[in-house]
Amino acid sequence: MNAAQTERGQRLVTIPAERMVFVLSRLLALIVLVAGLSVLSPVFLTWPNVITVARQAALQFVMSAGLTIVVLAGGIDLSVGAVIGFAACVAATGIAAGSLTGGVLAGLGVGLACGVCTGMLVAYARIPAFIASYGMLWIAQGLGYILMQGNVIQGFPPALRFFGIGWVWGVPTLVVLAGALLAVLHVLLHYTVLGRSIYAIGGNVAAARLSGMPVRSRQVTLYALCGLLSGLAALVVIARVNSAEAGVGEDLLLPAIAAVCLGGTSLFGGVGGIVGTAVGSFILALSVNGMNLLGIDSLWQNAVLGGIILLSVFTDQLGGARLLRGS
Amino acid sequence: MHQPARTSSGFLQTVPGRLARAPGAFHVLLIMAAALALGTPAFFSVANLVNVGLQVAVLMIVSLGMTLVILTEGIDLSLGPVLGLCGVCAGLVVVAGYGLPLGILAALAAGAACGLVNGVLIAVIGLPPFIVTLGMFGIAQSLATVLTGGASVRNLPAYFQWFNEGRVLAIPVPILAMALSFVVTYLLLYHTRFGRYVFAIGGNRVALKLSGSPVSAYHIAVYVYAGLLAAGASFIMTARMNSAHPTVGVGIEFDAIAAVILGGTSFEKGYGGLVGTVVGAFAVGVLRNGLNLVGIGAEYQVAIVGVVIIGTVGLDAWRNLTA
Repeated sequence: MNAAQTERGQRLVTIPAERMVFVLSRLLALIVLVAGLSVLSPVFLTWPNVITVARQAALQFVMSAGLTIVVLAGGIDLSVGAVIGFAACVAATGIAAGSLTGGVLAGLGVGLACGVCTGMLVAYARIPAFIASYGMLWIAQGLGYILMQGNVIQGFPPALRFFGIGWVWGVPTLVVLAGALLAVLHVLLHYTVLGRSIYAIGGNVAAARLSGMPVRSRQVTLYALCGLLSGLAALVVIARVNSAEAGVGEDLLLPAIAAVCLGGTSLFGGVGGIVGTAVGSFILALSVNGMNLLGIDSLWQNAVLGGIILLSVFTDQLGGARLLRGS
Repeated sequence: MHQPARTSSGFLQTVPGRLARAPGAFHVLLIMAAALALGTPAFFSVANLVNVGLQVAVLMIVSLGMTLVILTEGIDLSLGPVLGLCGVCAGLVVVAGYGLPLGILAALAAGAACGLVNGVLIAVIGLPPFIVTLGMFGIAQSLATVLTGGASVRNLPAYFQWFNEGRVLAIPVPILAMALSFVVTYLLLYHTRFGRYVFAIGGNRVALKLSGSPVSAYHIAVYVYAGLLAAGASFIMTARMNSAHPTVGVGIEFDAIAAVILGGTSFEKGYGGLVGTVVGAFAVGVLRNGLNLVGIGAEYQVAIVGVVIIGTVGLDAWRNLTA
């Protein structure tokens, strides 16, 4: 804890330069990926593939948006993937029972409830965020398996599928949805009291508390918001893949964290933003698409994701450290 | 500066002190054992108790390493997949006919390498432990799957069974390995310079650094040691399954964290110790064993262990607030 705080104190001075390292490294990654894939794969720059990448990036962004907010406030939510999976199962069960509205509300409600639980555990029970959300990961996953009993629910109404595969004015609905979410969250983070307090809590939680900010209730609000967005992501996931099963969330945690790290949001809190996560989601979607196009075995996917997480966190930290020594 | 948790006291002094301070694991174990003894007569049979010991062995060995990591205010989410990777490495080497010594070497090297990468990124670069080890989680799991093409390594030589079914002086090998790991780790933690550093890193890493101590080397060694223990445990696991499956270890890190926390080791300031972890590992093992005996499915067990973890940590936090 002490180390993090000392480092953060010094890091505050170097933020602009640190941002430069971030911008340059991500720009380089984008250029290398786009140029490399254009040369290596004839399919890459075709319209259908561009749409595929855009949809994948949009989906990834919706799944990482809530996590970004929690990380900005200096927290972490390791349960996002499992909560998305559980909410997807609940929503699918509700829809299969005949009520689209009921299923959608149930999915959102379950996500919200999980987020509130994690938030209460972190803010009021004072359990470290990574352990509270890690416990929640297994609880949500277990509940998902209990609910589904090994069944798969397939086939959802067109009204829901519209969000996964539909079009609005020639743009995939998913991309429009992600764009709207990006705009809303960006405004929330930069032009509202809640948003500013997120950066304040993430930057220096003690200072935030001493200046009279209701830190604990804010933390619960943030985890609740993250849970609600996980519920939204769950709906988008089942709208896109048109099926729901208990294990659907198991492989969603690593990509969600990778997108946030790639987006340059500091895991110590207080530095970064939602636009970064959009960029991170796009780079991630490009990488996955590239692996598919180049015929790289999907068994490698987790290793690539783990490597991306370590590399991007490492780059940002090194950039900051080098500038620190220079100053 | 805080007085670090009792670090040099002997067995007899440590046990009552620990139980008075953090009785979570002890209580869970007592309640579970009582409930099981009443509910299922089979529980206290010698066969079932040996069975519990055999089941706990892998978890116990991993939990010992996890204890050291958590004492340094760290966490290692990658130990489960690393265990799987070590098992696959050993299995592939042995099946390819290079012999057991090289197989052991391969597993230990894999475990040490993963721990080394974790340790360097955490201790030298200063990245948060949970994110580093989460990245390693993906890498180790993926590497293990790629090495075997997603399948299990089968057709292990018959002598591999010794790690699970063999006996030395009438004691089953897994139980012997568990005891040996405990003794070695106990001596390391309480009677060497390395052990003092483990507590000190958790207590106040900045002060250590500023006083010019070689903190990073010891900090890295903690993660390497945890990786080595996972490698050792992988042999028991592989022998029991009679095959090395790439994802067999996933989830063990979760039970190990549960065991350490139940055992009263704190995530902050290096409070806690090894004896609590032994009780904690048995508590988790008995919990799982009992749920099996009662016939509760694996998916329920995962949710229940999650609730137990959060409940214990919450209770400890609440006690600290009111104390």
